[in-house]
Amino acid sequence: MNLAWVLTLGALLFSIGIYGVISRRNAVLVLMSIELMLNAVNINLIAFGSYFGDQAAVGQIFALFVIAVAAGEVGIGLAIVLMIFRNRETVNLDEVDLLKW
Amino acid sequence: MVAILAAVQEGAEGVVATSGNWATEHAWLIPVLPFVAFFLILAVGKRMPRKGSEIGILTVAASFFLSLIILIGDYVGGGGPVVEHAIEWFPFAGTFDLDLGMKIDGLVAVMFVVVTLVSLMVQIYSTAYMHGDKRYTWYFAALNLFTFSMLNLVIADNLIQLLIGWEGVGICSYLLIGHWWEEHENSSAAIKAFITTRTGDVAFLVGIFVLFAAADTFNITEIIHKVEEGEISHATLTAAALLLFGGAIGKSAQFPLHVWLPDAMAGPTPVSALIHAATMVTAGVFLLARLFPVFEASTQALNFVALIGAFTMLMAALLALIQDDIKRVLAYSTISQLAYMMAALGVGAGNAAIFHLFTHAFFKALLFLGAGSLIHAVHSNNMSEMGGLKRVMPTTYKTFMIGSLALAGIPPLAGFWSKDEILTEAYRFGTGAVDPHGTQVVALIVYIAGILTAFLTAFYMSRAVHLTFEGTYRGKGHPHESPPAMTGPLVILAVLSVVAGFAGIPGWQSGFGAWVGVGGETHVPSADFVLILVSVAVAVGGIALGRRMYMPAPAREPLERMGFFYRLLQRKYYLDDLYWVAIVRPIRDLFSRAMNWVNQNVIDGLVNGTAAGARVSAQGIYKYVDQKVIDGAVNGAGISTRKTGGLLKYLQGGDVQRYAAYLFAGVAIFAFLFTRFG
Repeated sequence: MNLAWVLTLGALLFSIGIYGVISRRNAVLVLMSIELMLNAVNINLIAFGSYFGDQAAVGQIFALFVIAVAAGEVGIGLAIVLMIFRNRETVNLDEVDLLKW
Repeated sequence: MVAILAAVQEGAEGVVATSGNWATEHAWLIPVLPFVAFFLILAVGKRMPRKGSEIGILTVAASFFLSLIILIGDYVGGGGPVVEHAIEWFPFAGTFDLDLGMKIDGLVAVMFVVVTLVSLMVQIYSTAYMHGDKRYTWYFAALNLFTFSMLNLVIADNLIQLLIGWEGVGICSYLLIGHWWEEHENSSAAIKAFITTRTGDVAFLVGIFVLFAAADTFNITEIIHKVEEGEISHATLTAAALLLFGGAIGKSAQFPLHVWLPDAMAGPTPVSALIHAATMVTAGVFLLARLFPVFEASTQALNFVALIGAFTMLMAALLALIQDDIKRVLAYSTISQLAYMMAALGVGAGNAAIFHLFTHAFFKALLFLGAGSLIHAVHSNNMSEMGGLKRVMPTTYKTFMIGSLALAGIPPLAGFWSKDEILTEAYRFGTGAVDPHGTQVVALIVYIAGILTAFLTAFYMSRAVHLTFEGTYRGKGHPHESPPAMTGPLVILAVLSVVAGFAGIPGWQSGFGAWVGVGGETHVPSADFVLILVSVAVAVGGIALGRRMYMPAPAREPLERMGFFYRLLQRKYYLDDLYWVAIVRPIRDLFSRAMNWVNQNVIDGLVNGTAAGARVSAQGIYKYVDQKVIDGAVNGAGISTRKTGGLLKYLQGGDVQRYAAYLFAGVAIFAFLFTRFG
């Protein structure tokens, strides 16, 4: 498979993720967008691993690490969203701006 | 830590001269045990059934037995090995390596036994003496830290490690002297002890660096080797020796830095015993013995040490004559006896000095613990509130008597042999019978001062014993004998005060001098019966005079206490008369007062003047430098930070997504820059 196609897919996915993170108002959707970005990175890791003939499968192992960390991240993230919802009855990010000057 | 210390065994660095038996090779355990005990007591002491004291006693007992095995196994009889191991601690690239090491020889083996034994006795004694104290656990932790510091000082194979022990001893003495810090007097005494010894430590530190600059190493063996090879100039050695002696003057309470020691009596009495017999004041003497070749290379330095010793021994003995506080009598006595050791080192009789250190440790610890037993019974330090305790406190009386006789130098008790060896050596050097190390006349001065001090020592101990134990009781309440935890150590130390002297009996060629061999000297002086007769006569004379003067005095006092105010006043005057004028002979009294005056006005004045000067300059600095310059800079920094912060805060809008946008924009800009110009 051509490396460039895969990298293009990764870049597209990443850009979609950035768009989602910046523009979505719903915190859950923001979290999902972050997942998209992480997966874009995973695609890149595996693509490069395969392209360079990675015998030790470092790229794939790293991708597994990213997945594990992403699982933890989404767990904590959703917990925070849940707590915000319980306290403020909303998960709208532009209404959660207490932490400012 | 255990792993690191086990590496000492590997002998990674350092010179291994010879090897000793198992215990000697593992001598590093001796300081490590009390160190571990310190942390253990702090961690779990309060939850132990005996509040942590058992940890300290067990570990120090283990250290003591190890020390005993080392001394008996390898060094008694002489010809013991020199065992040196070290591990690299801090390598300072290219300049020098700081080692953590041990150097065991006869001198160190003897010091180990002295320190651990006295510490063990003091800790056992303290379980009763400090019973119910609110900082009981901390007290035992500090005692163990104190013991560790001294042992670290003793075991060190390099001067930096020795300095760490040296300062550790200083800080522990501060902690323990000020143990009852609620009384302002006690905390002042602790601060005084700390600052006074620190004054000497400045000289000590400079001395270490002078030696390092000359020898390019901190290792004691290598320094001594270079000194003996003549690689260091005479002037440098004299300077180094005098500076190092400055440290010893502070720690071992020699004139003019002796002022802290009598005040250090503010601490608990067992601490005084530990400080005076083993763990603090002997450090200076040990230092001189350890670096003896450095001193031996310079006649001037030796003479200076000897003269300071000769002067201090007389001065302190005279001060001891007029004290009413029994601990102060013993404190001045300690200064005087340490001066004996210093003077012995100064005339070149290093073995005699260490022998005296060895015997003195036992009887001085005994006397202090005995005094503690008395104080525990009568709740006062003053001998004017004691008297007649012979009958109610028989064990304390007998042991205190043995200690006093040993200190006075009555044969065959320990103090006699060591004191006599110093006097004999001084006399021989002084008359030119043996080639003196220093100047001949200095040795003669030391001998004369030593004989006079021996007389005064016998006299003031006789006074103390008669005022305390003879006659009738003058204090409040009903004193009773102390519990076995206190009398037990007294008995053990009393036995040692009797037998310890036989280790260095004159003429025994493989006796004490051969064990320690200070400066490579293992020669044992033969007995000189004329000199022995002189010193015994002087001691007996002193005791007899004390008995004549103090024996009837206490008997009259109870009758006078029955009278009215006027007679009470009269009696007080009479006591003043008794203690200050009539009993202390006028000429000695004048001299003592002069000494006291010098102490109070000249030396304290200097100290106060320095303090006042420092205060005035500090006020000036506060007013102009601190308030204007430094505060101005600080305020300026604060104001400008606040203003920029006020502008930048609007970036922090609380909208997470905007932050993310900034972040991605930044990444994009950098990516663009790197691809374009990278």
